[in-house]
Amino acid sequence: MLAKRIIPCLDIKNGQTVKGIKFVEIKEVGDPVELGAFYAEQGADELVFLDITASHEGRKTFVDLVKRIARHINIPFTVGGGISELKDADALLNAGADKISINSSAVRNPQLISDMAEHFGSQFVVTAIDAKQLQGDDWVVTVNGGRIPTEKRLFSWAKEAEERGAGEILFTSMDHDGVKQGFANEALSKLSDMLSIPVIASGGAGSVEHFKEVFTEGKADAGLAASIFHYKEIAIPDLKKYLKKEKIEVRL
Amino acid sequence: MKTVIIKYNAGNIRSVNNALLRLGYEAEITAEPEKIQKADKVIFPGVGEAKKTMQYLNETGLGDLIKELRQPVLGICLGMQLMCSHSEEGDVPCLNIFEEKVKKFILPESNPQNLKVPHMGWNRIFDLKGDIFDPSIEGEYVYFVHSYYVAKGEHTTATTDYIHPYSSALQKDNFFATQFHPEKSGKPGERILMNFLKL
Repeated sequence: MLAKRIIPCLDIKNGQTVKGIKFVEIKEVGDPVELGAFYAEQGADELVFLDITASHEGRKTFVDLVKRIARHINIPFTVGGGISELKDADALLNAGADKISINSSAVRNPQLISDMAEHFGSQFVVTAIDAKQLQGDDWVVTVNGGRIPTEKRLFSWAKEAEERGAGEILFTSMDHDGVKQGFANEALSKLSDMLSIPVIASGGAGSVEHFKEVFTEGKADAGLAASIFHYKEIAIPDLKKYLKKEKIEVRL
Repeated sequence: MKTVIIKYNAGNIRSVNNALLRLGYEAEITAEPEKIQKADKVIFPGVGEAKKTMQYLNETGLGDLIKELRQPVLGICLGMQLMCSHSEEGDVPCLNIFEEKVKKFILPESNPQNLKVPHMGWNRIFDLKGDIFDPSIEGEYVYFVHSYYVAKGEHTTATTDYIHPYSSALQKDNFFATQFHPEKSGKPGERILMNFLKL
């Protein structure tokens, strides 16, 4: 059976790992290649590296970093942040990235998903969606790290992304992110039921139980988290042992 | 020993090269027929679409060249599918090294586990046979990304269960193939690559 995936996410600024608590305060937690290799060794199933550097020099540093990651890490990894054109994705593919993740740029220009899927194949294109709950089933899609609400709604946008050729949806609930009270399981379950591509859950992990819930109630294919791994609040081997004991298929 | 990775219009060829470097092997990424023919080991990787890629292989003559190789050849992912007789992806005849056929995954009508297509992520390999596997790898998890699969057949050397059991590896004479990506499959993947390189 296909295993549920555990994915640590590393935010990168100027070639260093950082984690924004609710995307505002930032604290350095290490060298990305070293940290990535550590997580791979610990049993992480994939890694996500998000570039939060805005400057042009920062971009170049990031592409060089992706080359080093690809050279040293023996599991798949996704890179995201600041990808708004085919040539950005092409540079990252050539640097050795297995997948790219697009977020705000896809909201502004949905055709980008179609172009990327056509050009590189769906398996290369993760569409990340940051959304905030308005009420009940109504979730507004936000851009710029949750700061700007858009016209789009979570479920219709996720469906459009799938139809345009996205290979996976990475959904972050801005209401749950950084709060450590569990994932947005109701919305995740609805996403998983309506899409035929994998759903990666992000935002809200605070305990091993939260991962069990996201795979059972939330029906997610993968669970992504950052600070709980970076600050060693949860060790990946312990998390996987717990999930296995709870009869959730994981790679041990 | 000279190892080459066949360069063609498919993505992420570099990751195979990176995996070989981690194992201490140098390889050359090339499309030059002579270099491919003279190599001790040939790796035929691939991420992409079957029909377009077959057209490219036919036009460039790389397809015929691959079929006639006598040294150990390892096809990975799309590489494996193109080595089969036919693919439903674009309904295209393939290299016919293996008689097995490539079919599209169809989700069952009742899908309580919310299975998805593509089959993406870590799954297990069983019933291992042939020269690139050893008993320590039986039942290990390896990394897959694919929407089409090779049905079980005479040359199946590993099976994986997703929706139904299918061939996750094939072997015939000097030709080897894996549906999964050994270059992205952690330690078991490295072991499989090592076994191939040591043939």
